[in-house]
Amino acid sequence: MKTLIRAPGLVLRILISVLLIVIFLTPFYWMILTAFKTLGEVLAMPPKFWVQSLQWQNFKDAFTRIDFLHYTRNSLIITLGTLIGQVLVVVPAAYAFARYDFKGKNGLFGTVLATMMIPGQLIFLPIFVMFAKSGLLNTYVSLIVPFIASGTAIFMLRQTFMQVPDSQLEAARLDNAGEFKIIYTIMMPAAIPTLSTLALLTFIGTWNSYFFPLVWTTTDAVRTLPLGIQRLQDIEGLSPQIVMAGNMMLIVPILIVFVVARKQIIKAFTYMGVK
Amino acid sequence: MKSRSKSMKLLPYLLVAPAVMILTIFYIYPILYNVYLSFFTWNMRGPMKFAGLNNYIELFKGRDFLGILSNTLLYMVMDVTLVMVLAMLLALFLQKNTFINRFIQTLSFTPNIISLISVSLIWMWLMNTDTGLFNYLLSLFGAGPVGWLTDKQVALFSLVLVSVWKSVGFNALIITSALGSIPAHLYEAAALDNASKQSVFFQITLRMISPTLFFLILMNIIGSFQVFETINIMTQGGPANATNTLIFSIYKQSFEYYRVGYAAAMAVVLMAIVGLITIFYFKALNRRVHYR
Repeated sequence: MKTLIRAPGLVLRILISVLLIVIFLTPFYWMILTAFKTLGEVLAMPPKFWVQSLQWQNFKDAFTRIDFLHYTRNSLIITLGTLIGQVLVVVPAAYAFARYDFKGKNGLFGTVLATMMIPGQLIFLPIFVMFAKSGLLNTYVSLIVPFIASGTAIFMLRQTFMQVPDSQLEAARLDNAGEFKIIYTIMMPAAIPTLSTLALLTFIGTWNSYFFPLVWTTTDAVRTLPLGIQRLQDIEGLSPQIVMAGNMMLIVPILIVFVVARKQIIKAFTYMGVK
Repeated sequence: MKSRSKSMKLLPYLLVAPAVMILTIFYIYPILYNVYLSFFTWNMRGPMKFAGLNNYIELFKGRDFLGILSNTLLYMVMDVTLVMVLAMLLALFLQKNTFINRFIQTLSFTPNIISLISVSLIWMWLMNTDTGLFNYLLSLFGAGPVGWLTDKQVALFSLVLVSVWKSVGFNALIITSALGSIPAHLYEAAALDNASKQSVFFQITLRMISPTLFFLILMNIIGSFQVFETINIMTQGGPANATNTLIFSIYKQSFEYYRVGYAAAMAVVLMAIVGLITIFYFKALNRRVHYR
């Protein structure tokens, strides 16, 4: 009897679950399916939900219609540059905010936190003018430096550094270790989980970045892969199979990282949402 | 010894200097510079001409800006309401930690780490009037075709749908984690009191997660004011300006019409709106903490 009473609720649960899976999976499935279709299959009505044979040619086309390697190289340079720059800038700042008392500390840290609340997209224009006047337009510097002093990163690392026991620091200072040695040998190893989380967030953010590479460049010289894919849409918009193939090549690196570090990424985003 | 202690005093400033300098140059200074630019007429090439408040007067006199502002607000209200309500329902639905729930949670979170341009391209294809999947599915029920991105009554809502699909999973994830941190003894006490399901939900669940909800609402409001990618890829502000919102318009005015001062004035207005909402949020937060 009991199962009978519970059945309607259970059926409803299963139905909703299936519906949710369909809603979140369909757009991805449709992208992948389209990327392997022929143009004829793409335009067929009613649409085909499966393909006869996989059209790998679409990927070749996407690869050659735009200078795919050029955009990918730019994306990699900017992503790597941002990661390295962040370590150089954020780690010392977080260390000082965590471990030193100095005049004006609260004010400075407050400024750092306040910048987390400023929507960056609102101030692209004055920064564009600044870059134009200083000759920094269309340089890697302009797409790296503004992002290496991330307030979020400073905040997260400071929390981690504060938890390193005092005894470890004192022991190192008795050995006359310099501050940079302390950062390098004690702080950084203790913060490896936080640092790798930050690296993941930076990779995702920079790889996906579209707005700033768009508004702070006037030529293709340093433009990134998302802009390359938009270019693909501009010239091959009537061939959705090629656009979707290019789109897949933009998404796949992120999905691989997500599959490998799923738990860590979800934890990082949860942390950002509840901090 | 003395020189060492003196340099030790300077050290923390040296350590924070690069970060503080970069944040000042790329956040604090541009805000002021933006206000400055808004008082000039300038086309990026010729000389700058002082214009006083002319850019602002033009903003509020012209019909364009009010349309853009109302599009932005309408988008914000639809987006934030839908995201919050659906995320709440999704979080409650996925509350039990089972395999299938974890799977759905991960799946619904995935769009959040995909670039907005990818998401926009996929949805633009799904929403294609003639060959898109959505209109085909509608036609099975004898409905449509809907001009998802070409009908000016629908286009803004279509963009909201994309945004909701992308961010609902992330918001649900945060709410789920807040739900999980409600102490179990509160529910046990309520059960002893024979409290109704409704009153448990409103008195305990909703009340305990309300700080998280308010934070998410603030984040979503600020985020939705910045909507740009979907518009630039999917509608270009059209049809008939129906999806022309603030950031997109600032972008167009800057790089298509070269009206720097006018664009800067728009950014100042948006900055003021976002600033007021943020200040209001923190004031409300302080009061809550005080009287609790």
